[in-house]
Amino acid sequence: MRKVAIYGKGGIGKSTTTQNTVAGLVEAGRKVMVVGCDPKADSTRLLLGGLAQKSVLDTLRSEGEDVELEDIRKPGFCGSICVESGGPEPGVGCAGRGIITSINLLEQLGAYADSEALDYVFYDVLGDVVCGGFAMPIREGKAEEIYIVCSGEMMAMYAANNISKGILKFAQSGVVRLGGLICNSRKVDNEAEMVEAFAKKLGTQMIHFVPRDNMVQRAEINRKTVIEYDPTCNQANEYRTLAKAIEGNTNLVIPTPLSTDELEKTLMDYGLME
Amino acid sequence: MLNGTTAEIKPREALRINPAKTCQPVGAMYASLGIHGCMPHSHGSQGCCAYHRSALTRHLKEPVISTTSSFTEGSSVFGGSANLNQALQNIFTIYNPDIVAVHTTCLSEVIGDDIPSIVKNAREAGKVPEGKYVIHANTPSFVGSHITGFANMTKAMVTYLAEKTGEAKDQVNVIPGFVDPTDMREIKRLAGELKANIVLFPDTSDVLDTPQTGVYEMYPKGGTTIEQLKSTGDSIATIALGHFASRPAAESLEEKFGVPASVGELPIGVTATDDFIDALRNYARVEVPASIVQERGRLLDLISDMGQYLYGKRVAIAGDPDHVISLVRFLLELNMKPVFVISGSMGNHFENRVKELLKDAVPEAKVKQNADLFELHQWIKNEPVDLLIGNTHAKFMARAENDLPFVRFGWPITDRMAHRVFPTVGYRGASRLINDIINAFLDKKDRECPEETFELVQ
Repeated sequence: MRKVAIYGKGGIGKSTTTQNTVAGLVEAGRKVMVVGCDPKADSTRLLLGGLAQKSVLDTLRSEGEDVELEDIRKPGFCGSICVESGGPEPGVGCAGRGIITSINLLEQLGAYADSEALDYVFYDVLGDVVCGGFAMPIREGKAEEIYIVCSGEMMAMYAANNISKGILKFAQSGVVRLGGLICNSRKVDNEAEMVEAFAKKLGTQMIHFVPRDNMVQRAEINRKTVIEYDPTCNQANEYRTLAKAIEGNTNLVIPTPLSTDELEKTLMDYGLME
Repeated sequence: MLNGTTAEIKPREALRINPAKTCQPVGAMYASLGIHGCMPHSHGSQGCCAYHRSALTRHLKEPVISTTSSFTEGSSVFGGSANLNQALQNIFTIYNPDIVAVHTTCLSEVIGDDIPSIVKNAREAGKVPEGKYVIHANTPSFVGSHITGFANMTKAMVTYLAEKTGEAKDQVNVIPGFVDPTDMREIKRLAGELKANIVLFPDTSDVLDTPQTGVYEMYPKGGTTIEQLKSTGDSIATIALGHFASRPAAESLEEKFGVPASVGELPIGVTATDDFIDALRNYARVEVPASIVQERGRLLDLISDMGQYLYGKRVAIAGDPDHVISLVRFLLELNMKPVFVISGSMGNHFENRVKELLKDAVPEAKVKQNADLFELHQWIKNEPVDLLIGNTHAKFMARAENDLPFVRFGWPITDRMAHRVFPTVGYRGASRLINDIINAFLDKKDRECPEETFELVQ
């Protein structure tokens, strides 16, 4: 079982990219579980055709400790398995603790057991790794491959660099590795070149450049992944390519995060190139 | 048991061995019990509440009441609002106190529960009956110590309850600090002798030292009443006994209502008690009666009679900062030499004040805040002392150091009972402390000396 976590700046398109990539994998016959680690519980909306999932923590709250695996898993597009951790409403409680509780519970209930015969588990994690709870998916024994969704925008790369620092810390003591950057294009000048250069400096690769296409927006409005909404469109092929790239990826590294000066220099070199 | 303690002192940053402090809520719970008709409430997991109650019971040998929000895994994720709401409804329905004093715990502090808004919502939802009060203090144990918790809850009494009606009251507020019920009783007795009208808050006498009547009362007759607490804003002044435990509440009264704050030290020993009596005399505009002068005279007589056993003796002290500051003053009055002085609590005032007291008499003294008993033990191993003064935890050190004369002082004392009946504050308290110190020396001598120096008269 490959254990994958997707991180990236808030609003960069982590959930959209994750679900579309998972759609590419399940379409190719892989068995995939997606674990949404965001209190908003919107990481599986496209696979499920709407916000139809009762979260692990809501279930824990209403059922007490007698939770069954089937209470918290829901089948989505093409046999994908969807789980949402959930969490407190904004401004109260502790969302980080929620993720710890939820992942522990999934383990206890055997969601990752060999008998489930999973090919992949994907963790889709809230943008900023603000506390230990949000680092839960990359702790020892959890996700082993990280992909960071970014674009050529300054703040997206800044966040990617910061997340790499977190990965570095866990990588030194464990098995977690950076698998690459997924560029979710914002149509910034020289975007692919810039992200590629940035990836190289981090010691990794840009695993795929996902072009901007309004098809993604249309599919989202219809609560579907692009592959389900219009399997023949170009964007569907882009996600299939990304899924294949991840499937074949063996380039897993301990990242080498940049200093802020280095990062800004990369932006200057590429962003202002005529 | 502490035979493994080594004399060699290695640098140590991340490790505490035998700490000389405990959790903030212990102090907050104790202070809350000094309000008449009060139910302390611990907003956190059950284990916190159980520990804090038993920590107090082990010292006081009295039942210590407190309720808890009983956090579960769910409450730590979703916040403790639902639990506190339900708790307030249950507490007023089942136990019917006049007031609930909520203190927080590490868990509720880390998840950031906003107690005032939870309580406000509970009140609006009718969970808090008309005419009942709920106050709160934030007491994370990763900040400060049990003394900080006491100070925070005492300040909360001012924040939530004190009022200024505009009509001045002929009374002086006295904040006693984290001292025993019997000490609070003694402070009231002294004020009574002076005919000074005081509001002592908090006041755990007649709450945590109640007579055995065969009948259990959840809310005994003692404790500062809510009316008294409200009236503190109209008082002439506030005498705060202790920089650490009492100053914040006194300063809050000064800031909010212009009630002058006089921050003194715990009245332990001759001059510290003089200071307290003098402050009372000044603010309450009373005369010091002959009875007090005579009490003081008897203490001086005792000191002069027994001085030969005390002079120049090297003393190691561990305890809470306000207690230790006053004790150092007292030991200097007895011509003793406090050479090692530590507190588990933090605060520069402790080191500054103790060093100031010792700079001429004992310039070689070592003084340290935020220290632990292990370090004190190492100091003693390197430079032996004649006497150790501390709470019960220190007895293991005394045993390891060849039955070092040891006097129990402060909090907690879990293996003797004098503190339940005999105060350490005031002139009488000082007499008791001298008695304890002399006994520690002479008992050891009588146990160990050869027959030719085994004296009938000392």
